[in-house]
Amino acid sequence: MNNSDKSNAGAASGLPTPANKDTTSIVKASLKRRYAAEKRFKLYGILSICASIGFLVILMVSIFSKGWPAFIGTYMQLDITLDQDTLGVTPQSSYKELRAANYSKLINNALLERFPDVSKRKEKRALYKLVSSGAEYQLSAHVINDPSMIGQSIKMWVAADDEVSALIKYKANLDEPENITTRLSEKQIAWTKQMLDAGEIKTGLNKAFFTNGDSREPEQAGIRAALVGSAFTLLITFLLSFPVAVAAAIYLEEFAPQNRWTDLVEVNINNLAAVPSIVFGLLGLAVFINFFSLPRSAPIVGGIVLSLMTLPTIIIASRAALKAVPPSIREAARGLGASPQQVVWHHVLPLAMPGILTGTIIGLAQALGETAPLLMIGMVAFIVDVPSSITDAATVLPVQVFLWADSPERAFVEKTSAAIIVLLAFLILMNAVAVLLRKKFERRW
Amino acid sequence: MTLTRLSIGTALIASAISAPAMARDYISIVGSSTVYPFATVVAERFGKVTDFNTPKIEATGSGGGLKLFCSGIGVGTPDITNSSRRIKTSEFEDCKNNGVDHVVEVLIGYDGIAIANSVEAEQFDMSLQDVFMALAKDVPNPDGSDTLVPNPYNTWDEINPDLPAQKIEVMGPPPTSGTRDAFVELAMEGGCKSYGFINDMKKSDSDSFKAICHTIREDGAYVEAGENDNLIVQKLNANPNALGIFGFSFLEQNDDMVQSSVIDGFEADFDAIADGDYVISRPLYFYVKAQHAGTIPGIEDYLSEFTSDGAWGEEGYLTDKGMIPLNDELREEIGSAVGNMQALTLE
Repeated sequence: MNNSDKSNAGAASGLPTPANKDTTSIVKASLKRRYAAEKRFKLYGILSICASIGFLVILMVSIFSKGWPAFIGTYMQLDITLDQDTLGVTPQSSYKELRAANYSKLINNALLERFPDVSKRKEKRALYKLVSSGAEYQLSAHVINDPSMIGQSIKMWVAADDEVSALIKYKANLDEPENITTRLSEKQIAWTKQMLDAGEIKTGLNKAFFTNGDSREPEQAGIRAALVGSAFTLLITFLLSFPVAVAAAIYLEEFAPQNRWTDLVEVNINNLAAVPSIVFGLLGLAVFINFFSLPRSAPIVGGIVLSLMTLPTIIIASRAALKAVPPSIREAARGLGASPQQVVWHHVLPLAMPGILTGTIIGLAQALGETAPLLMIGMVAFIVDVPSSITDAATVLPVQVFLWADSPERAFVEKTSAAIIVLLAFLILMNAVAVLLRKKFERRW
Repeated sequence: MTLTRLSIGTALIASAISAPAMARDYISIVGSSTVYPFATVVAERFGKVTDFNTPKIEATGSGGGLKLFCSGIGVGTPDITNSSRRIKTSEFEDCKNNGVDHVVEVLIGYDGIAIANSVEAEQFDMSLQDVFMALAKDVPNPDGSDTLVPNPYNTWDEINPDLPAQKIEVMGPPPTSGTRDAFVELAMEGGCKSYGFINDMKKSDSDSFKAICHTIREDGAYVEAGENDNLIVQKLNANPNALGIFGFSFLEQNDDMVQSSVIDGFEADFDAIADGDYVISRPLYFYVKAQHAGTIPGIEDYLSEFTSDGAWGEEGYLTDKGMIPLNDELREEIGSAVGNMQALTLE
């Protein structure tokens, strides 16, 4: 635009030289091509944005469409007779006796009563499989909570087996059992249908998913242990890496003299950011577990290892944020008599805080998704009990995703996606906190 | 200043926390990823029915597990390691040198490796020799002489006219996997040995014997499908022309989608593996550090849970997960040896 205007102006002023004319025609000839190049360049940008959005949408759709059934549980209503003789306990029995009682027998009896025509051994076994193997613990907890129920008959909703649950959740046509891909036999499908028609099967929020630790039975497997493990690990990571990284960045940016020594430190920090994470795992194993004899598989070690990994990221981001604070702020503060420390604490750091927080969040998000270093320090493990301190054995969310993806039972496919959803939710929550803090600290100049 | 103070602080925190860590109130288990699905079921149940904490189980692989296990005694080391093969003499020596001299060996059952395809396709009926011919890098010369040629076969019927005329396409685990090791040792070597001249090499030149029998072709007929057996099952379902190699528990859990091939007259099912008729199967073990029995609570109880009839018996819950149980006599013999904490001795 600009160029053609200029050449037009030249032509109008009445001083056309042969060379000038030549340039004008060259420019005019190339103009179309340059506009086209400009358009193509914009188009490439739009295309790449569309491609990334497209992939994101595909990812989200596939995760959410696979994952949502994991949040739904299927329950069966059973009439359970809490028979004293079968249980072998009385309402006055101690907690230990109550716990050791034979609850699975009661559930099996309840199923047999519901389907009295089942008599063959093999058929009975097939019938028992309709109910989750966790149902007995559900009943046991219920009875221990109120032992006076012993001897009575109660109605209770217990968790259904994962295969039955899949039939109900995916709305299989139970009238045509031969068209259903399932491991259940036609008999088992018929029983399920009978109970469903009688209103003895319902679906509801799968609370077990949020309250339990890992389990080998898909219907009992929960995310709680991994979620708590991740929270503990990231807490340690944050507490260690944030102050250390910010202190390092402030020293290097505000106080350190420019010499070969600080150059060396700087180069090393940049290199450290590029070290593969598994190396930090090996370091953690050698130093913290073997030398300091910290417990294996514990969030404390995981947190320390991950903070080593996130330190360089936060340092680099913090230094960039400190550098972006205009020198005029520092000069003005000094001019009013502030000491160098006061300049940093009162002026530079608050202004750099939004950038530092962004860097911290990037570092922590990286740490949240990390599994490789945790493999070396034993956090890739089967954890049922929810950890209650930073020294308990624990695992983290991405490890849980990995472990479930590798389990033979098919219902773990939906659990895998559901665990990813929880991981994403955790990440979004973390980001939201950072954004809020950033808003609070944000200042304009 | 701040930096040094903080790093000293960190070191102090680290050493302060290491003191209470000396006591461990749960069993620590490491080892084979093949035994992992069975050990986790027992551990979970153990945690629910007893007052002890649920044991922690890491899948480190058989070799990695034994290395950790043999690294010494004390709460920092694992109490039990799972293994999909027997402990080697060298590993046992290593154990002894590190003070681990009372080890109890428990053989828990068997695991089969299935060669399967989609239920939509025809079931394969072949011998170990056919498997070897289809998958080895170098095979005996088709002209009958005692020489080797690079694998010339592209379709199954070129190997055995009874097999379907379709491209050889087998999806299996990568070399890092224990399933692959076992498959190579049991199936490939089994088929390989059926050639007299190769079998003679076993004694005279064991290195080249291994190279011939254990090397899988790399021309695309064998597809390394990753460690995830679920993925192989899904791929088989989508591609009825392919065969897949994976653990028996995955076959059991997906028997509506995939079917086992018949190998040397038997397909991979419960009875054939238990009776030893199905040849591609391996024993599963775990090893217990008896010296920890007094310090770590619940080890004896975990052992008795694992060796109870409800767990490893013929109708126990482990068989529901795809483990093939031992026969009655073996179970009784091993059960009582475990009850007495009988120390392992390797001749």
